[in-house]
Amino acid sequence: MLELKDFRTKVHNDWCPGCGDFGILNAVQMALFELKLEPHQVAIFSGIGCSGKTPHFVNTYGFHTLHGRSLPIATGAKLANPALTVVAVGGDGDGYGIGAGHFVGTGRRNLDFTYVVHNNGVYGLTKGQASPTLPKGLRTKSMPAPAIVQGVNPLATAISAGYTFVARSYALDVRHLKETLKAAVLHKGSALVDVLQTCPTYNDINTKEWYAGADLPTKAPRLYKLEETGYDGKVKDPNDTNEVYEKKGQAIIRSFEWGDKIPIGLFYSIQEPTFEDMLADRMPAYKEVPLVKQDMFHRDVSPLFESLA
Amino acid sequence: MGRPDVNLYPVPYQDVLLGALKETGHEKELSKYQVMANTVAFGASVALIDYDFDIIAEAIREGFTGRKAALGELNVRAARHGYDYMRKTFQDGFAYKLHPVPSKEKRMVIRGVQAVGIAKFKAGCAFQTYYPITPATDESEYLENHQRDYNIVVVQTEDEISAVLMATGAAHAGVRASTSTSGPGFCLMAEGLGWAGHTEAPGPVVILYQRAGPSTGLPTRSEQGDLQFVLHAGHGEFPRMAIAPGDPVECFYDTFDAFNHAERFQMPVVVIADKFLASTYRTVPIFDTSDLKIDRGQMLSEADLDARPLYRRYEFTPLGVSPRTIPGTRGGIFHTTGDEHDELGHITENSENRVRMMQKRMRKLELAAEAIPDSKKVNFFGPRQADVTIVGWGSTKGAILDAIQDLEVDGVRCNFLQVRYMSPFPTELVNQYLSNAKRKVLVENNYTGQLGGLIREHTGIVMDYRVLKYNGRPFSQNEVYEGVKDAIKNGTKEVVMAHA
Repeated sequence: MLELKDFRTKVHNDWCPGCGDFGILNAVQMALFELKLEPHQVAIFSGIGCSGKTPHFVNTYGFHTLHGRSLPIATGAKLANPALTVVAVGGDGDGYGIGAGHFVGTGRRNLDFTYVVHNNGVYGLTKGQASPTLPKGLRTKSMPAPAIVQGVNPLATAISAGYTFVARSYALDVRHLKETLKAAVLHKGSALVDVLQTCPTYNDINTKEWYAGADLPTKAPRLYKLEETGYDGKVKDPNDTNEVYEKKGQAIIRSFEWGDKIPIGLFYSIQEPTFEDMLADRMPAYKEVPLVKQDMFHRDVSPLFESLA
Repeated sequence: MGRPDVNLYPVPYQDVLLGALKETGHEKELSKYQVMANTVAFGASVALIDYDFDIIAEAIREGFTGRKAALGELNVRAARHGYDYMRKTFQDGFAYKLHPVPSKEKRMVIRGVQAVGIAKFKAGCAFQTYYPITPATDESEYLENHQRDYNIVVVQTEDEISAVLMATGAAHAGVRASTSTSGPGFCLMAEGLGWAGHTEAPGPVVILYQRAGPSTGLPTRSEQGDLQFVLHAGHGEFPRMAIAPGDPVECFYDTFDAFNHAERFQMPVVVIADKFLASTYRTVPIFDTSDLKIDRGQMLSEADLDARPLYRRYEFTPLGVSPRTIPGTRGGIFHTTGDEHDELGHITENSENRVRMMQKRMRKLELAAEAIPDSKKVNFFGPRQADVTIVGWGSTKGAILDAIQDLEVDGVRCNFLQVRYMSPFPTELVNQYLSNAKRKVLVENNYTGQLGGLIREHTGIVMDYRVLKYNGRPFSQNEVYEGVKDAIKNGTKEVVMAHA
């Protein structure tokens, strides 16, 4: 019988005390465990940043890649072996900044994988510069001056790019995050889980207390769950273009809600053919046997020579 | 023109074309069929060299199939009119005649991109990535055209950063993987190449079709300007292999070998070709594949792993290569990182570990050097003792071999050292061939004589003369001949050729 601890390694963890990364790490391990996956069936990919160390703490195949480049490497591995459960983790700077091209490119393909982004508004590992999601005009404690550029909206970008499962969760609500991750992993297609996360060391604005609404007159938590408001982001009939437009539209509008009220939960999802399905249409054998298990070493190339003779 | 070696043959293309159109009732549509004047010229040229018209008629028909078949017939007729006009009007006997060469051997007409593509299929490559770029794209499209028959995944990526890393991810996941590009794309791959080298990925194989740079340069032209870049691309020090084939035959065998190297020595392998090699047709015997053997290097199965208490992906071994596992294998879990890492693939800044890991990775190049036969590292043509030793690499091979014959006729005895492995560099072999050479003439399609620099770096041997060309065009036989003559007769240290 597998236990939760089978997904843990003995590697020393040097994240700051109170870091939101711990919540994400725990949720990832719990989600994989509860989905009854075996560690060797899973591969986790990360970029560079505090979050980049995540694979070292999870006992699965683990790839700590380059800054912003986890998605291409994860894509190559998944396409080589579609039987693997592939999860990529990274920071907001990693995924929405330096890796933005891959973020969009990967969504367009609708590869069957899950992308978990630690979104805390700052570059923690380099000591607190503004990340691509920090709203314009904000100044966290180590910034010399307020941000003078617009923050990117990752959820709207993901929907436009073609991600077929777009959700947001919160690092300190491990239960919600775990359930969201499980749904994302089970989803066939590219799933983005943007995780709002505190950085107690460098982001002194979006703190645990801020998310809890301590500064508001109502003292009401800023975060609310979409599913508790009757919101339904799931497309029921992918062939119904009206429904698709409507669901995309409501999700994009909702993704801009920020301030005193911040929605978390599933914004949008749709079932569409994955990249693997599309490849299988071109190569029937691809569907039946993972590429890595096919015999590639007894190919007869003589017809190719003949065609040039 | 006033040149005794140039004959002028006036051909009234319009009139000849009109004659052809009249026969089929198309004479009113001259403007529509204007472009067929080219076919008239083609037919006229064929007559001049006394080639068999039936063969070229067949070739024209092959170009116009299906709905275009009628157009093909019209073109054959236009060619025939050009051919007949020439035969009738000029009977002075053109000096050069071409006839089909009878051959028992089965031959084919092949370009570098096709030779590389077929080698990839033969080597078991299952994964190809690319971002569109001249002149490399043809190879990826060739692979994709045969995707269904050979089960190869071909992915057009968002950029070349993604291309090299996606292939690296696939290689780590257990399939043979490659990407193909040209200079600008290879620039974007530099960081990824370092990650592949540092994480000891069993690939990818990168095919670099050099074009004239820098930046956009002469994007459809050829140059040998990226040799030193290939050897140094990426920051820090990591092992890589680099092979430079000189013709489509070597493109085939070197590409095949590259996949074995990548998996045996767990490092990226770059095959350095160029635009000229990529797209120039050559007639060659069908490649013999009977001796080609797949070697996937050391891999552990679940049964192997059962016998081990703990699997270490980066285990220190005497030869530097650690046995690998394929993700998905029970008991084979590994971690890897672009950070310096311990045997388990976890981050460490321990100084002793750093030294051992650097040595482990770099030692694999020595292992590769021992494993590769000398006959593949360099080619040496001509007598061991000669007046002149020509030194070159890559696509200049053909022009140099042809020029050597012309130089012989002039009484200049030549031999030719073609360096094929750039990393690991065949230092001893090059030393052997060059240390006693009388006059060493470097021939390169670039400005700085990059191979000359590399030879000096490894052996201390300095080229006596350099014949260089960097106008984006490949060397011709004449240019090598003239360049070498200029160097040795006039003592010109550096000859720059610039024929278009």
